[in-house]
Amino acid sequence: MKKIYILWLRQVKKYIRSKSRMAGSLFQPLLYLIAMGYGLGSVFQRAGQGNYVDFLVPGIVGMNIIFTSMFAGMEVIWDRQFGFLKETLVAPMSRFNIMLGRTIGSATIATGQGLIVMLLSFFVGFRMPNIWMIIPAIIVMILISLLFTSVSTMIGSMLRDMQGFQAVMNFLIMPLFLLSGALYPLNGLPSFLTAVTIVDPLSYGIDAMRGLLIGSSHFGVGLDLVVLTALTVIFLWLGGHFFKKVQI
Amino acid sequence: MITVQNLSKKFGEFTAVDGISFDVKDGEIFAFLGPNGAGKSTTIKILTTLLQPTGGDVRINGHDPVHHPSEVRRSFGIVFQDPSLDDDLTALENMELHGVLYDVPDDVRKRRIPELLKLVDLHERKDDLVKEFSGGMRRRLEIARGFLHHPKIIFLDEPTLGLDPQTRNHMWTYLKELNKNEGTTIFFTTHYMEEADRAAERIAVIDHGKIIAIGRSEDLKKQTNTASLEDAFLALTGKTIREEGGGGLDHMRQMRTLWRGGRR
Ligand SMILES: Nc1ncnc2c1ncn2[C@@H]1O[C@H](COP(=O)(O)OP(=O)(O)OP(=O)(O)O)[C@@H](O)[C@H]1O
Ligand SMILES: [Mg+2]
Repeated sequence: MKKIYILWLRQVKKYIRSKSRMAGSLFQPLLYLIAMGYGLGSVFQRAGQGNYVDFLVPGIVGMNIIFTSMFAGMEVIWDRQFGFLKETLVAPMSRFNIMLGRTIGSATIATGQGLIVMLLSFFVGFRMPNIWMIIPAIIVMILISLLFTSVSTMIGSMLRDMQGFQAVMNFLIMPLFLLSGALYPLNGLPSFLTAVTIVDPLSYGIDAMRGLLIGSSHFGVGLDLVVLTALTVIFLWLGGHFFKKVQI
Repeated sequence: MITVQNLSKKFGEFTAVDGISFDVKDGEIFAFLGPNGAGKSTTIKILTTLLQPTGGDVRINGHDPVHHPSEVRRSFGIVFQDPSLDDDLTALENMELHGVLYDVPDDVRKRRIPELLKLVDLHERKDDLVKEFSGGMRRRLEIARGFLHHPKIIFLDEPTLGLDPQTRNHMWTYLKELNKNEGTTIFFTTHYMEEADRAAERIAVIDHGKIIAIGRSEDLKKQTNTASLEDAFLALTGKTIREEGGGGLDHMRQMRTLWRGGRR
């Protein structure tokens, strides 16, 4: 337990020390929120869909979480290249626990980022009917973070070089984000797009947050939570499986 | 303590370790010598569960690294040849992290960390980030970290590379004490022949993935009819190059060896 904690602590400390990373990763979601939120707001309203900023915030929070989760895998490759990884790999502790410590650390950072974006969005005009719903929403954020940091760790364990990782991530992250309903409602889509959004795990995360924060959900929060939890368990296991196979 | 039988490792078509066998006894100080690219680090990586062998059988403290890596990992400590510190943490944080990961009890950690940091003369710099350290200082920190827990076996892969003579001395004094007081088995590689001569009870020489000589320093000298270990080493490893043809090929082999060494 203490070993998992110290690996978690390492991850969090490193993040807090890199101010540039912190600032850089908050800029993009705010840009999206302001440009899209205000830019498309009137069209959205005229179509009878209500306030677009309120609708968009869960989507942007989800976007920020999935983007931040990417770092988890990058850090595996980074640590391997700079050599620190082998120091942990020969330690008397199971590889699964090493992976768990790293993943929980990265997920903490991703959740923190998501939360900061949500708080900042209040300045952009975001309003939620019941402020206390932020607590269950945080649990959803933790689930999304764990899910995507595991995916990221899994891919980082399979690849050796950063270019390859970035190529894979570009192929994965942008579609996951754009096809998740982060930017648009999931009802009334062309059927092929509906089919794609249904298999995108991020759809369920964002849908759950929307259900909790602004009271409108497409799949139903219950189903969202079941899907998210199941996927998180599966990918944590898969992440651990591939991390175990890492050789130096 | 360490038993290796017919161990081999291939990287694709290339054979880095070619059917080596040797034993290291409990409490022995054992040197593993060889030119660049001979296969020393590859062997150590296999013994320490970082790499899967292609063939052969290994026992570390009675356990097999392939099938029982956790038991093996509980038996040894290692100082790597390549960097292995976290640059974004301080010297102290690197030590603490290691101590926790390697089950060093709190009170021992509190006592030993300052002791070791003083040993390598880094105590004043303990709160500085490792990325601000010079190459030699990083090396010293890695040595101190390697001594934080006291395992049955310590692997040291070119530990004294880039170290000043003072630290080298401190390091060997500490290692010899460990060896004497706790019966720690020490397995090390080095390119400094006098270091191997002074410290090691037995020496194995590996070249092109094969062990070409093994024994006490005197044995190797006698075998090659030379006066110093350096000459014995050159006689052993130099000969194989000369035998396989001279001139251009010889030069190419050397270039290849150099290039391979650079990639590690
Ligand atoms: N991951 C790898 N992939 C391909 N070849 C490798 C790999 N690791 C090592 N080798 C090759 O295996 C050979 C042995 O390398 P090794 O690192 O064991 O040498 P060494 O004896 O430690 O040399 P040095 O004294 O330079 O440290 C070299 O030719 C090297 O190029
Ligand atoms: Mg080496």
